[in-house]
Amino acid sequence: MSTDSSLILQTATRFLVPLLLLFSVFLLLRGHNEPGGGFIAGLVASSAFALHLFAFDAGSTRKLMGVESQLIMGMGLLLALASGMVGMLLHGQPFLSSQWWSLTLPGIGDLDLSTPLLFDIGVYLVVIGVVSTIVLSLAKAEE
Amino acid sequence: MLVAVLAGFVLACFVPRLSLLVGPHIGWCLALLPAALFTYFAGFLPEIVQGHNQVIDYPWIPSLGISLNFLVDGLSLMFALLITGIGTFILIYAGAYLKGHKDIHKLLMYLLAFMAAMLGLVLSSNLIALFVFWELTSITSYLLIGFNHEHDPARKAALQGLLVTVGGGLALMAGLLLLGVIGGSFELHELLPRGDALQASPLFMAMMVLVLAGTFTKSAQTPFHFWLPNAMAAPTPVSAYLHSATMVKAGVYLMARLQPVMAGNEAWTLTLTLIGALTMLVGGVMAVCSTDLKRILAFSTVMALGTLTMLIGIGTPGALLAAMVFLLAHALYKGALFMAAGTLDHSTGTKDVHDLGGLRGLMPQTAFFVGLAALALAGVPPLFGFIAKELMFEAALQAGALSGLLLVMAMLTAVCIVAAAALVAIKPFMGELKPTPKTPHEAPFAMRLGFSVLALGGLLLGLVPGLAEPLLRAAVRAIGGHPVAPLELALWHGFNLPLLFSGLALVAGVWLYRDWDRWREPLAGLIRPLAYGPERGYERMMEALVRLADWQTRVLQNGYMTHYILTILVTTIGLLAYTLVSRDAFIYSLSFEGVRFYEVVVSLLMLVAVVYASATHLRLGSVAAIGALGFAMALIYVFFSAPDLAITQVLVETLTVILLVLVLFRLPGFQDLSSPWIRWRDALVAGAFGVLITLLVLTVNQSSLGGGISRFLVENSYVAAHGRNIVNVILVDFRALDTLGEIFVLALAAIGVNAMIRLRAEEQP
Repeated sequence: MSTDSSLILQTATRFLVPLLLLFSVFLLLRGHNEPGGGFIAGLVASSAFALHLFAFDAGSTRKLMGVESQLIMGMGLLLALASGMVGMLLHGQPFLSSQWWSLTLPGIGDLDLSTPLLFDIGVYLVVIGVVSTIVLSLAKAEE
Repeated sequence: MLVAVLAGFVLACFVPRLSLLVGPHIGWCLALLPAALFTYFAGFLPEIVQGHNQVIDYPWIPSLGISLNFLVDGLSLMFALLITGIGTFILIYAGAYLKGHKDIHKLLMYLLAFMAAMLGLVLSSNLIALFVFWELTSITSYLLIGFNHEHDPARKAALQGLLVTVGGGLALMAGLLLLGVIGGSFELHELLPRGDALQASPLFMAMMVLVLAGTFTKSAQTPFHFWLPNAMAAPTPVSAYLHSATMVKAGVYLMARLQPVMAGNEAWTLTLTLIGALTMLVGGVMAVCSTDLKRILAFSTVMALGTLTMLIGIGTPGALLAAMVFLLAHALYKGALFMAAGTLDHSTGTKDVHDLGGLRGLMPQTAFFVGLAALALAGVPPLFGFIAKELMFEAALQAGALSGLLLVMAMLTAVCIVAAAALVAIKPFMGELKPTPKTPHEAPFAMRLGFSVLALGGLLLGLVPGLAEPLLRAAVRAIGGHPVAPLELALWHGFNLPLLFSGLALVAGVWLYRDWDRWREPLAGLIRPLAYGPERGYERMMEALVRLADWQTRVLQNGYMTHYILTILVTTIGLLAYTLVSRDAFIYSLSFEGVRFYEVVVSLLMLVAVVYASATHLRLGSVAAIGALGFAMALIYVFFSAPDLAITQVLVETLTVILLVLVLFRLPGFQDLSSPWIRWRDALVAGAFGVLITLLVLTVNQSSLGGGISRFLVENSYVAAHGRNIVNVILVDFRALDTLGEIFVLALAAIGVNAMIRLRAEEQP
């Protein structure tokens, strides 16, 4: 929470935060078939930010995130909503009907894209936004 | 037709843009729409006059049988023409009246939206659509009355108008639904010919009472008349439009519309006639007791609404004709008078008749047209208002057993109204010039146009009543439900009783005006209980409501977390225990077969953690103990192969600890605040809750729901949703709507936390 926290923690954090964020994306993408998913991935990503907050301070964590946490939250909500509208607009199906597209990438194989994936990314962003909003505002109150 | 009705709403959306574009000419520009609509509706005239009613269908929500069907007949066409015709002048007038006001675009926007709602209301054939438009008029009128929202009385009046009309609207909704159910159709054009069948139904009476509750509140009948004069807090263009020509007449419209269904029912006739006559008298007397120009006009509007209701109640062809003539005449002269009153206020800065005088030289045109309109209000020949008054007396003469009573009330009212008209027309313009807050000057052309045209219209129709005859006849036919002979509208009917009454009323009215200063106070005292009693009742009710809300907030939402949890737990225990016991649902069998050693160890661990967390005096200790409990729970998920749940549990535990650590340092040291008794009580509640939930889980385990849902999910997860992780498939596909709701709740909670902490932070320094 302040710059006088231990050097070991700060150094470890520098390595851990990218790893945790990468891990969270991994969890997010595998979620449809293996344990994981947007909610869990969001929690992992936000714990990365929380770790950074403990090692440094609220200001530098905010700088690391780049955008306001409320904005992430809002984007996530919009993305989740929009993913539900796709089927409505394209095929006149009920809200949140899932849509699937299959792409064949040369050299890599088949890639299935879908609106549930978009929805999951939305959940991921909302969870990151919510947890970091709460943690950051608590930390700010601390100062 | 659909375009014509909805155009107002659409244009309203573009008003702010337009007002930037055309600047001060916005009123003129917007007036093009009602003017065009007026021409459009006038195009229906030849057909309608011939007696060919038109029904125009648009499906809206076909699955619920709700459609946007429009019925054009004499009655709806007359209203549509009034709404668009007067609307045109009102928009021009409003553009000039509020020139330079920062919120002018808002007012014009609301006015347009209101106009569209009103058009929809009078043209709808479907009861549901009619009700929707009815409520829209209430809401737009709320916005219009509360236009000066920084002004306390305006807000209060707007709320009062809203509560009264929307309260009535609720009753109306029930009434219309009943009507639709009894009649077997929600289409007016199908319902109207089924009057006899409807009246035979046992639910008819309930339906009638509910519908009347709606129309009486909307049309400000006694005892609901009090909101209308208060609504004068609105800017004058609004009063001129809503409270003279249109909105308040929505109730009258609906009564006239339903007259074919209700005709002949004694309760209907009696209620309408008596309440209408009473409203008429109250309005008339209060008009002459007021000193504020707009209030005088407002009470005279109450009088007019009462008269209309009474005439519809009498229900003879003559009375219905009188109602329609009166409606038209009233719309013309009252629109004109309101606009003129606004002009006076605008030019002089006051609208109290005590403070106005001698303006005839400075505002000659206004003086002339106010005189013309006031003569129509008083019912002086050769104006259209005179014909209306004659017909009204004639209808009262035909009212059968009640006619004596009605005549007396009509006479008294007429005397008062003559005096009120004199007040409006003579006081401000004759006599000595009095000092006013602003230097009086003639108003701009845009502000004079409206009342000039309307007042001249009253004169023209008085001289040549044949002009309006075809439309009036079509309207009477629509209300009466059968063809009517060509009407005889004329200024001169020969020497008869109505003429005598008119003459007497004029003489007495002038005499009352001369001694106005002496009569005002006693008259006001006489009518006070009737005039202000209902309003006091309304205020009492509002106070009681506030007290109730205050009490329940204090008891239920007192801000103590412990109280909230206690309330929730006790309620849950009560409901659960009641259900379980009353259904005799405790079925369980305990067996410890197949329990593994490490499961026992983890359970014991949890038990120890819980006991320690609730017994310790160390905050950090209890946080750690709760953390241990969470991790043990995650282990159990792992044992039963639910990796997603386990991961989530672990992560949530971690974050919880982080959050607690952030909060913990800010808390004061540990203190014993609760008495032992309270602690025992809490322990008891907690223990009971735990025992109950345990029993519930055991019971649920015993009973099987057939496994239908989980089997479906397992079978379809990969086939239909292309995913092998069922938990995640449920979250993002099968039950995505739930998840969507949950992430919105999460976001709300975060915003709440953020706001709460920020507020605290701002308060402290």
